Parts: sequence; C-alpha cells; structure tokens
Amino acid sequence: MAKTILAVDDSVSMRQMVRYTLQGAGYTVVQACDGVEALELAKESRADLVLTDVHMPRMDGINLVRELRALPDYKFVPMLILTTESSQEKKVDGKRAGATGWIVKPFNPEQLLSTIAKVI
Amino acid sequence: MNLDPEMMEIAKVFFEECKEGLDVMESGLLNLDASADRETINTIFRAAHSIKGGAATFGFAEVANFTHGVETLLDEMRNGKRAITPEGTQVLLQGCDCLREMMAATEEGRALDQARIEALNREIGEILAAPGVHAAAAAASEPPSTAGPAADERAAAGAQAAAPASAGVGAGWRIRFEPVPALLKLRNEPTRMFAELARLGELTVRADLGAVPALADIDPESCYLAWDLELRGEVSKSALDEIFDWVDPACRLTFMPFGPQDAAPAVAAPPPAAIAAPAAAPVAAATPAPRPVPAAPAPVAAPAQIAARAPVVTPAPVAVSAPAAAAAPAAAKASAEAGSIRVATEKVDHMINLVGELVITQSMLNRFADGVEPEDLERLRQGLAQLARNTRDLQESVMQVRMMPISFAFNRFPRLVHDLSRKLGKKVDLRLTGEGTELDKTVLEKISDPLVHLVRNSLDHGIETPERRLAVGKPESGLLELAAFHEGGNIIIEVRDDGGGLNKAKILAKARDRGLVDPNQELGEDQIHNLIFMPGFSTADQISDVSGRGVGMDVVRRNINDLGGQVQITSREGHGSVIRIRLPLTLAILDGQLVRVGSETYVISLLAIVETIQVRKDQLSTIAGRTELFRLREEYIPVIKLHEMFDVSGGRQATEDGLLVVVEADGKRVGLLVNDLLAQQQVVVKSLEKNFRQVRGLAGATILGDGTVALIIDVPGLIDRNSADELRAGAARAARSERRAVRAA
Amino acid sequence: MSDENSALTAMAQKGGKAQAGDAKQYLTFMLAGEEYGVDILRVQEIKGWDTATRIPRTPSYVLGVINLRGAVVPVLGLRQRFGLDTVDFGPTTVVIVLRANGSRGERTVGIVVDAVSEVYNIDEANLLAPPDECHTLGSRFVKALATVEKKMVILLDVDLLVADDAVAADAVLEVAAA
Repeated sequence: MAKTILAVDDSVSMRQMVRYTLQGAGYTVVQACDGVEALELAKESRADLVLTDVHMPRMDGINLVRELRALPDYKFVPMLILTTESSQEKKVDGKRAGATGWIVKPFNPEQLLSTIAKVI
Repeated sequence: MNLDPEMMEIAKVFFEECKEGLDVMESGLLNLDASADRETINTIFRAAHSIKGGAATFGFAEVANFTHGVETLLDEMRNGKRAITPEGTQVLLQGCDCLREMMAATEEGRALDQARIEALNREIGEILAAPGVHAAAAAASEPPSTAGPAADERAAAGAQAAAPASAGVGAGWRIRFEPVPALLKLRNEPTRMFAELARLGELTVRADLGAVPALADIDPESCYLAWDLELRGEVSKSALDEIFDWVDPACRLTFMPFGPQDAAPAVAAPPPAAIAAPAAAPVAAATPAPRPVPAAPAPVAAPAQIAARAPVVTPAPVAVSAPAAAAAPAAAKASAEAGSIRVATEKVDHMINLVGELVITQSMLNRFADGVEPEDLERLRQGLAQLARNTRDLQESVMQVRMMPISFAFNRFPRLVHDLSRKLGKKVDLRLTGEGTELDKTVLEKISDPLVHLVRNSLDHGIETPERRLAVGKPESGLLELAAFHEGGNIIIEVRDDGGGLNKAKILAKARDRGLVDPNQELGEDQIHNLIFMPGFSTADQISDVSGRGVGMDVVRRNINDLGGQVQITSREGHGSVIRIRLPLTLAILDGQLVRVGSETYVISLLAIVETIQVRKDQLSTIAGRTELFRLREEYIPVIKLHEMFDVSGGRQATEDGLLVVVEADGKRVGLLVNDLLAQQQVVVKSLEKNFRQVRGLAGATILGDGTVALIIDVPGLIDRNSADELRAGAARAARSERRAVRAA
Repeated sequence: MSDENSALTAMAQKGGKAQAGDAKQYLTFMLAGEEYGVDILRVQEIKGWDTATRIPRTPSYVLGVINLRGAVVPVLGLRQRFGLDTVDFGPTTVVIVLRANGSRGERTVGIVVDAVSEVYNIDEANLLAPPDECHTLGSRFVKALATVEKKMVILLDVDLLVADDAVAADAVLEVAAA
C-alpha cells in the first residue's frame, strides 16, 4: 500500500505543489488547510508522515505537531515542518513540540522528495 | 523558470492566491492601529508569509525578496519589538500595492518596476534600522535578527566543538553520537542517519551499550545507545551537519576529522570520543564492507531494542481496517476541497454554452410536441415537463458556478476611502453591508469601476468637511454606506452618504445652461436630480483631482446600462444622497417576451416590462403632430413604434391596431408598439458584437427553438434615445456629434 | 453543408497545379461574371443560402445574421458591398463563411456570392499589384491580381473586407459621442 502523507498548508498553491510532487512519487496525499482540519483527518486515519506549514489560521503547525504527538497513533510518526530560512526559533520550537525535522522553504520538488525519503 | 504544465497551473493558483492574500493584508492594515488585536496583525503576517513562501517555491525570487522585508517588519510589529505607527502602516500599504504590481508583471511576463521596488525597500529598511521598542534590551541580548535571511545557523549545538575544522575535508571523520533518550520518539531514526552517512563514504559503526539498563528497567520507547562512527572519504562538515540537522540540540554530537596519516589503523584505534565508554565492546564487528548500507545499522541495536521497536518501525497493516483506509483519502479530499474550488472561466463558459444548447433543444422538442398523435401526447408532455425542470435546475446550478460575492468589488473601498478622505481632509466612516450577496463574475468585474466613480463622487462632492459638518449640526465624521441586497430577481447596490445632497436649483440651471433642458420645461425633483446622468452634464468646472478625470456620470450610467442594469439617484438637500443601482443576476440568460413586429420577431426582457395594453385611439395624443403620447392612468408616456424604429417592411400600421408593451428603465417609462405578443421563454443571450458590432437599440441576439436568430431589444438604450428626443436641445447636440462622427468615418 | 465542404476538399486536391515556390491556395468564386479569390485558410465553410434575420439600421449589404451552430454570424451580400446590381438568389448562391482578424480578435463573417468556382495554387511571386487608378467600390478590398489559366483572378483581403469601417462604424460613432 502506498504510504499516506498528510500535507497541511493554508496556501492552496503550496498544497497543490506538494500534492502534485508527492503523488508523482507514488505517495497517497491527504490535504488539510490548517491544524484543526489536519487533526481531524489524522484521527480518522493514520498517516505515515505529516508535513505541515508553521503559520496557519486556527491552529499553527507547531501546535499541530504537539497535539499529534500526544495521540497514541502518532507517537512514532515522522512529522516535518515547513519553515522559512530565517526562523531558527521555529525549528527549535518544532523540535520541542515533537517534530522529526523540517524542510526549509523554498524547496523544489526534488528537495521535498529527498527529504521525505530520509524519514519514510 | 521552467515549470511543467501542471506546475504552471499551480503557479496560476498561486497568483490568484496572492491577490487574495494582498487583499487580506490591505484590509488588515487598514484596521491596524495601536489598539488592534493580535489576530489582526497575525493575519496580515500570515498572508505576507504565504506570499513569500510561495513566491520562493515557484521561483519568483524578486517577489520573495521584497516580501521578506515586509514580512520582517510585520514580524517585529507582531512580536511587539516595533510599535505600530501610521507611517509604518502606510509603508506596508504601499508595499501591498507594489507587490500587487510585481505579481501582475510577473504573471504577464513584464519587467518589474525596479525603481519603485528599491525605493520601498529603502523605506522599509530605514524603519527596520531605527531602534525598536525594546531597542536597548534587544541590542544587548540578540544579534540584529532583522537583517535579512539569517546566516546559516544549521550547525547542531554539539558540533560547535569541531568548529576549527568546520570547513575541513580530510580523509574522514570520527563521530561520537550520544542521543537523548527521547530520540526515537521524534522519529529521528539513527539507522536512517547512518544509512545517509554510508552513502557519503565508507562507514564503520560501533554501538556503545554502556548506558543500557537492566532488562526490567528498559523503557522500550527510549534510546539508551550511543554510537561511535568512523566515516572514511572526502566529506565536508556541512554534509555531516545536514544529516544530523534534525537531531535534538540536547544530544551530544562531536565530529573529529582525521587526516590520511592516521587513517590506516583507524578501525583498530579507539576513537577519541569513545574513551569514556567502558563497554565499547565490538557488538557489531567493524565491517569494512564496500556496501555497508543495509548491513551497518542493523546489528547495531541491542536485541532488546530491536524487539521493542519492531512494531513501530513497521506499522502493522492490521492496525488499520481496510475499508477505513480506502475511504480515508476520499473523505479527506472532499473535506479539504469543500470550502471552495477554482475553475477556469473558460470551462465554466463552455458549460454555460452547453446548457444553453440544451435549452434550445428543449424548446425545439416542445414545438415538435405540438404535432404528435393525441394518445402519445400526454406522455410526451410529461417527459418534456421533466426535461424542462431538469434543464432549468442544471442551468441554475451551472450559473451558480459563475456567481461570486460582491465583497470582491467592495473590498477595495476601505483602502480607497482611507486614502481619499485623508487627501480631502474629510472624516468618513465607511459601512459595508450585504458583502455576501452574489452576482455574476462578469457583472461583478464590470460594476467595480462605476462603483469607484460613485464612491469618489460621494466623498468629493457629497460628504462635507468636518468643520462644515459641525457647523450644520452633523457628526464630524460623514457616513458612506455601500449596501448590496436582492430585490425581486435583481441585485441592488446602493451608495448612500449623509452629505450635503444635490443642489436642485444649481443642477437645473446648469442643465439649462448646457442646453440639456428646454428653458420652459417643468421637471419634477427626481427628474432634476437624474439630470446628472445626462451626457454633457459633467463638465470642466466639476473636474477635480479626485472625481473628475474627464469621465462623467453619463459614463457611469452607460456602463451600468451595458450590464443590463439601471441607476437612479434620490437626494435631499442637506441630508445626503442615495444612488441605487439595479443589476440583473446574470448576463447570459434572460427571461424574454417574444413579440411580433410586422413579419419579424423580437425579444423584450420580461424584467423591463411593466404591463401590456391593447391600445385605444382615445388614449393617444400627439405633440406637434410628431411624438405620440399614451395616457397611462395619470401619466403620459411616449410611444415608440417599433416597426418605424426598426424599418420593418410591411409593418406600416395605425397605432390603434397594436399592443403597447409598457417598459421601464431608469425610472422612465415608454410604450413599445408591437403587433402581437408571442411566447415567453428563457433565452440565451448571444453577443452581436462578437462577430459583428454593437447595434443601437439592440442588446444582443438569441437563437429560437426553430434555429432562427431573434434580436433582443435594448430597453434602457431605447428609453435613453427617446428621452434624448424629448429633450430637444440634447437631441440636437447628439445629432451634431453623430454628423461629426459620420464625417470622421 | 457537408456536401459542399467535401466538394471544397475535392477541389483543393484537384487544384494541385502549381506546386513550386511560395504557392498559396485560394478559393475562387464568381460575382457578376468576375472571378474573385480568398485565401483558403480563411475559409471556415461553405453553406447554401438560407434566410437571415435582418438587423435594422444597418447598410443594405448587411443581409442579416444567421445561426451557425449556436454562434450568431453576420452575412454580407458581396454584390451589394461592391455596388453591383443585385440578382435573385439562385441554386448556386452560397455563403462563404470566413474567419477574419479584427481589432477585437477573430471574427466569423459570411459573404454571399453567386457561385463557388475553383481552388487554385497561386505562386506569391506571380501576384500583381492592383492598378492604382481603379476606384470602384470593391477595389479597396483587392489585395492583388493573379493570372490563372489566362484568366484574371481578383484576390481579396479578407480582413479588409469584413473589418471595414462599415462593420465597425458604430465604434467610431461611440468614440465621437463620448
């Protein structure tokens, strides 16, 4: 079965780009537009990887990671945050919340795939 | 930049998104003052952040760079490092404008306005360079975090020890890795890191079991191992950093380069970092295998660890029930996309055309049904009624796709009113209501400019200065209201202000002066007010920096008429004005009344028809033997004989034989004289202009059930013409300009 | 319509007489005894004359608009356009539907002619400029003259023919009135 990736971003174009890239590489992609929606989807079915933006309305990526890590199903699921080059703080915050790692924006499809290959 | 077609499509979505993001930023900035709540500035920041991220991802580096400055300033305001000042907000608003232009230029492949970008960048830079709120404290405790993309700070904390060799490339590296117990919980798999390392060179791994507790004390989710690694090959420090990038800074990680001289006995020599580990027993024998990738990590972990981690590494398929797994992506997809969809306009237009064809087919079938045998007739009728219902439903839902909330047009006004009232030295509160009211995309796009004109006009000429308002006992701030709502199958947009209202005497004098009104003509109050929409009324002395620009209210009215809409003004001197725009929900389909004029068939919009009357001779009178008037109750309305107006051959008839279709537009009524009323039906409006040109008096054409073309009458256009005839001076003027035009042609 | 179009194809195949050089194919038609040609790439289809819906307040050569598979297409009478005597429409009378480029993009316009004639390959090098001194109504639409099988063929400029001031006249009026 193809690995399922939960991609969370409030930007439609970023989501589409991520989805297009990942589907092309054979992953199944589930999309959410913010942390709240992602959390609901994550509870419905377990994803093999969570890929989330940081700044989003309703619930941001850091809080999403924290909430997910608290779920038994997501204890060991890799979670990557999408972050911009300047926010070292966010990386640390992300790690504290339980993120596996991060992907630095901007990234191109190849970078996205090679980073994901590091964790699943 | 090279994007494949799919990515091009996604980039288009990005452009759309940027426009929305900029609108969000702008409206947020307009509400931004020192008292604004945190969410306001967060929303603005998020929008800027998304634009930057997307621009960088899609390769629009200049947009990304420019947005970076904007984002940094917003971030500082958000974090309280910098006060929110009107000046700062103003610069950010200009930043929005600049970004909007940059996006448009990028999308259209035009060159960017470098001078403008640089100037704004400088301004933003100046604000950022100025000391912030906690200037002293910030300067002491942290480096200037605002100075553009931070330097590469990726080095893991533990790696600092190896600083002298940070750029060095030697024969290899000895690495000591003592993770924190929680390493595995974050899914930072050491095995994966080692696999990556093995890709860079020849890797030897030794596990340090010194910290593994007794079996009973083992927490299966914790990591008790440490590792000593030796990587042979020309590997840069940064490559190592990258692999261990995600490792928690609390982990101990040291990198020691070794040169070629001590490379040979490396396997045997205890790595310096491993000295402290007494139990550095070679659990995994050093494997100098050329391909240690899968082999190296595997024997590293203690059996207990492997056993404990097994269910985690490979999630058991049974844990997820099959139907749930299959349903999940579909459900997720639905909920993710339910909010809104983006569809190319062409696709929707194509659908609308198809549905249009369906409507034609259906009316064709209806005609055919008339000739069917009686026994089959009832069933056929039922089927057709069904088809009619289905068609209508389909049509409505497809039309719905084109509908957009009027907020798309309203959104620009907070900014416009903000800028303009500043410029005019007036205080104005803007109130928007009914922003969710939906109308056709085309109508929406085309109503925008007329609305801007009307709002400018209200601000410039309607609302008074604060001093003047106080003097006449009004609140200092004027109220400008934009309201949209439904009324009887139409959309109404009102522009209301509580300003000075129109000066009736001045308008009348001006209209007489310009020869638009006969000096002796008596006009009612509303008629006088609506003179401002006459061509030739707005003139030079009215042109100001704000509302002039050479376009008059007549252009506003013509634009609205072109949309099949109408506009009217009511005003009370000293109390303000209300401009009321009535628009059809859509331009593509019209409820039509088919009429016969001589041997020809025309279509009149049912919306414009007030009533239809059998004409009696005693209800008609003539003025100067020319213009015929019909007495409709208490009112005289002009009669337009369509057969004369349209030169229908063989249509010569006495007025009294016909039917008078009373139509109304812009508050004026005329009677259209026709021979017969035919069917009422929905017609798909086709442009005459596409392949031919606009024809005065005609709003377009349609295709009837029998496949022939029928022309649609432009009621507001006819009424306009008629009133021009009525007001003699105006007519003469029009004729003069028409003659000029003919000569010019 | 399909019959006439296959006839068109047949003519196109038959007309492979002059191959060399920058030969272009022209569809020719008859009008008051003279043979005119238009660039065949501009011809969308040929259809028999049916009724058209008259458009009021337009010049007499605008015969009206027709329904061409859902599109509303104007039809111009070429005899009227050229100021020639009008004749009753006969069995050979056809509408040639042309695609023209106007200021507002591509437009579809029909012209009514007496009969279609041939498809010729005409070498661009063999075209002659129309003489300057001819000032008949139709002459301003002439792009060039060609000699085919010792006959003169008058080649028309499709864009000028339909994008002429007459079709766009109202636009001029609008501008002047504004």
